[in-house]
Amino acid sequence: MSTDWKSYKPLLVPAIPDLHEIKVYEKNGGYKALKKILSDKKKWNPANVINEVKTANIRGRGGAGFNAGLKWSFMPEPDGKPRYLACNGDESEPGTFKDRKIFEFNPHQFIEGAIIAAYAMQIEVIYVYIRGEYRPFVQKLQKAIDQAYDNGYLGKKIQGSDFSVEMYTHMGAGAYICGEESSLMESLEGKRGYPRVKPPFPAQRGLWGRPTTINNIETLANVPLVINNGAEWYLSIGPSTHPGPVLYGISGHVNRPGVYEYPAGMNIMTLINEVAGGVRGGKKLKALIPGGSSTPPLRADMLDGVSMDSDSLRQAGSMMGTAGMVVLDEDTDMVEVIWRISYFYDHESCGQCTPCREGTGWLQKTLRKIMEGNGEMRDLDILLAICHGMEGRTICALADAAAWPVRYSIERFRDEFEKKCKKTVYAVA
Amino acid sequence: MAETYTFDAKDLAEIKKLIEKYPEKQAAVLPVLWYAQDKFGHSDPSVQKLVSETLDVPEAHIRGVVSFYTQYYEKPIGRNVLDVCTCLSCHVSGGYDMLHYLEERLGIKAGETTPDGEFSLQSVECLGACGYAPMLQVTNDKFVNHLTREKIDKLLEDLRAGKEPEFESNPMPQHQKES
Repeated sequence: MSTDWKSYKPLLVPAIPDLHEIKVYEKNGGYKALKKILSDKKKWNPANVINEVKTANIRGRGGAGFNAGLKWSFMPEPDGKPRYLACNGDESEPGTFKDRKIFEFNPHQFIEGAIIAAYAMQIEVIYVYIRGEYRPFVQKLQKAIDQAYDNGYLGKKIQGSDFSVEMYTHMGAGAYICGEESSLMESLEGKRGYPRVKPPFPAQRGLWGRPTTINNIETLANVPLVINNGAEWYLSIGPSTHPGPVLYGISGHVNRPGVYEYPAGMNIMTLINEVAGGVRGGKKLKALIPGGSSTPPLRADMLDGVSMDSDSLRQAGSMMGTAGMVVLDEDTDMVEVIWRISYFYDHESCGQCTPCREGTGWLQKTLRKIMEGNGEMRDLDILLAICHGMEGRTICALADAAAWPVRYSIERFRDEFEKKCKKTVYAVA
Repeated sequence: MAETYTFDAKDLAEIKKLIEKYPEKQAAVLPVLWYAQDKFGHSDPSVQKLVSETLDVPEAHIRGVVSFYTQYYEKPIGRNVLDVCTCLSCHVSGGYDMLHYLEERLGIKAGETTPDGEFSLQSVECLGACGYAPMLQVTNDKFVNHLTREKIDKLLEDLRAGKEPEFESNPMPQHQKES
């Protein structure tokens, strides 16, 4: 609950020096959850592990917010052939910089969570997909993985049990779209990252046509907490509809930007003003992009009483996304910000679907025209028409992610857009 | 004239280990391209050919992969590649100012390489260091955060002297308060 945040002790990335070292992690209760499961496999059979995680309602921290345990339950019965877990550390949504904290400061909690996930879904191979720009973080995680192998937590017959699992890192090479789960699988298979048509869903046909589950890094780091303390305990952290600890990445115009860990459902103004030290330079808040660039921006006056959880943000007219909050002060030119976001999606569209490939370009160009003072009022209608032509008409959600910020900004900051468009009309007249 | 590149026995042993991570050889395309680029400095068509032959995957496929991902250099590039983030959080925190300062200092535009081949400059999309903006990445490796003109001057001087930047850790502010 947001009232006791000041006394909150981080659970995903605790303030323990050298926690990335396996001995320190073990000394602080690390790998206890895995041992608990492996020492009583009757009580903790795969189905029971899935149930516990499902009950805990860990909402996927990669942006979609889907119940992780429920996702696990979609995996079919094992048929003796390979099945895979792909851990998504692509972390490319602008405004998002949280999973790197886990790689740097607490990699073993993620590794432990991934091993438990593999056990629950009866998977023997785990791939950790990390964006290529995070090379130093890939190296940090690799070190932790090597330690886990050396200490018998990965590899054959883990801790003397009959359970075996391998974990490999796979480095991307610069492509936002590879954070989309089916594109991630294409990239893992050594191809251009073109998203796949769904269905079939990854649980039916994923990597190399075999059942696959894709989970975000932070999501998996929550799993040992649930096994150690129980689903009920986990549900008591934050709102039960969106429970657990969350890594909030706060950037933009605040005094103390950074990644903070607090319960889900933190009051947004508390996060901006108290946690992150308020808007820089004593300025007023203009807008907030709550969960990465694709989540619709909210005006300052729309933030009263809104908290960082899916329900509250949906009511306010946005989304939780990755909890990467970008704070914008009163001097921000919203047209410019939205143009830069559109430029990003134009650059990152994989080009597979026409509405997205062409639409992202036209959004960007039209916004640029307005930004440069050459806009006309009808450009706003054109922008909205382009958005309409993109949303829901493509294989993956990149087109939607590109359209939403534009659509909602025109709606919520219409004055600013009109002012720039009208200026030209007067100048010509 | 395109150069001919080769992998030696040690390289091939390393590449074999990369291939063994996957059920199919083709899956090793990205890691082997990374390996090749680390060795040769770029992934131009002759490097692509080498990777194609090593993995027994069509050259056209390798070309497709190289051109899809931004971090593979399709042709030889400066010894130091400065990727300045100008996306969202960096954009609203002076990312373009830093890019323009670098353009001024190096006498080149984004997308170009200095005549001595020492520096290439690029304006890039979000690198995942939003709280430490403005920032840049040096040749697909270390992040240099909280950029200022002074910090850029120092960085250029260091890189010219062959000194790579150190890894900058950005602890969680909560931790600093508690300890």
